[in-house]
Amino acid sequence: MSFKKRKSRKLKEILIEKFFFLNGVLAILILLGIFSLLFVKGFPAIRDLGFKGFFGGAVWNPNAYGTPKYGILSLIVSTLMVTVGALVIAVPLGVACAAFLSELAPPRLREILKPAVEILAGIPSVVVGFLGIVLVNPLISKIFGISHGLNALNGAILLAVMSLPTIISLSEDALIAVPHTYREASLALGANRWQTLVRVLIPSGLSGIIASVMLGMGRAIGETMTVLMATGNAPALTFNFLEAIQTMTATIAIELGEVPYNTTHYHALFVIGFVLFVMTFLVNLISDLILQKYQEVER
Amino acid sequence: MRKNWSERVGFFFLILSGMLVIFILGVILFDIISKGSGSISWEFLSRPPQQGMTEGGIFPAILGTFLVSVITVLFAVPFGMFAAIYLHEYAQPGKMTRLIRLAIRNLSGVPSIVYGLFGVVLFVQMMRFGTSVLSAGLTLGLLTLPWTITACEEALKTVPKSYREGALALGATKWYTIRTNVLPYAIPGMMTGMILGLARAAGETAPILFTGAAFFLPHLPKSLFDQFMALPYHLYIMATQHHAIEKVRPLAYGTALVLLGLVLLLNISAIFVRYRFRRRMKR
Repeated sequence: MSFKKRKSRKLKEILIEKFFFLNGVLAILILLGIFSLLFVKGFPAIRDLGFKGFFGGAVWNPNAYGTPKYGILSLIVSTLMVTVGALVIAVPLGVACAAFLSELAPPRLREILKPAVEILAGIPSVVVGFLGIVLVNPLISKIFGISHGLNALNGAILLAVMSLPTIISLSEDALIAVPHTYREASLALGANRWQTLVRVLIPSGLSGIIASVMLGMGRAIGETMTVLMATGNAPALTFNFLEAIQTMTATIAIELGEVPYNTTHYHALFVIGFVLFVMTFLVNLISDLILQKYQEVER
Repeated sequence: MRKNWSERVGFFFLILSGMLVIFILGVILFDIISKGSGSISWEFLSRPPQQGMTEGGIFPAILGTFLVSVITVLFAVPFGMFAAIYLHEYAQPGKMTRLIRLAIRNLSGVPSIVYGLFGVVLFVQMMRFGTSVLSAGLTLGLLTLPWTITACEEALKTVPKSYREGALALGATKWYTIRTNVLPYAIPGMMTGMILGLARAAGETAPILFTGAAFFLPHLPKSLFDQFMALPYHLYIMATQHHAIEKVRPLAYGTALVLLGLVLLLNISAIFVRYRFRRRMKR
């Protein structure tokens, strides 16, 4: 091969590598793009209303005559209520199911349960929200004797169902990753399988389990359609799970379609989006750090 | 004996929770299938809504979801594939690679409604695509990108190292090696990821709310810059926004069944492709 030809071939290789590199960097650019666009679009509202206008009040009423109110505390509280409610249901159930899969389930049952979890993960959120209206709604109103069941409890139940697959499959991975020697040592010392699970396996896999819970939490915070359909959408500050609430995601979904571009209300919705982005970012980052630390310990 | 007692009670609850998860899925599938199958007919699948959406079918919604999904795949698959090739074949461990991986993981956690906001600003307003098939498809493309990258990388991981080393040892360049000895074996795995991404995109509602989905359209979209009807958005409307909600409940159930059936079919075909691919790799 001539020198010239070899040189051009090398150049081509370098260009190809650069091309793939640019595609890799795209992910960073998109993340930065989302962050900066939300900030730029939300900033005018912060400038006009001040931080206190958003974080100092619990009344969200942008359409009020005279002075519209943009307090997002009630929206944040609503989001946290359904999220915490969902985790209270999904964490024990999910971890127990993961333990069942990794410790107990006969292969036959595993073959049913594993795909079942995958299918559950694949059900579109709008379908889950629809079931909240037609199934969970009458159930709640019957059990608690209230006129309708579109409230925080309904949202929490649905979000629990939606975050279950994440929690189950990642917790199962965490339990499976616990070295066999731990299990054998515990059993050899005379502990039974339940004691081994609760006192050895779960504590050893705890960081992985916590990471899975954080990921499920991130999903619950950002979930839109289910809460939009099932929680009643009344932006008032309440801590009662049987009252209608309105989450941050639902507020954006309801109002963005109605507001004219580039009004204060429009920018205010981007502030909500920004807060949402930061919240999920932090939750994901924490779960990431936990997982990284956990992998280092494993090594 | 006391020890065994705790084991029995504890394990009983574990079994119970496993059963509960299957039960939840069973209830969901049973309810949708039993109440939705009554509405399914050729008419329902092939005709537009009529009489103020109280009668007729959902054909425009099916078509709209299909069109948007095509755009989504056309955007997400090449970029996802290239990024995965970089990460798995070229990237050296270091700060930059760590940063890219961190960005991908965080992107997959960004709420779908935030992608919607981003899509409104970037595609609808800044790029002037308007509320359209194109804007919605690109927004969903961004949403599925992190999943596509991860799936493509998983596929590349399944190709044995010896395939690469063999070609390199014979004097092939890196790109030639990837093109002839890596990609052909990774493509089926990438297809699986693509189908799964498609299933996710087809079921998403929040990102298309403001980027192009329409309540009702009297005609089908004629170009990429038209608005469209979509299955998930149609279900949302039939379930919450319609003026005669109780009356159209069977239609809503029918829509839910079609959407669920579509998504599950995509999921199952992905599993099928993966299964066949694994068998071939073993041989």
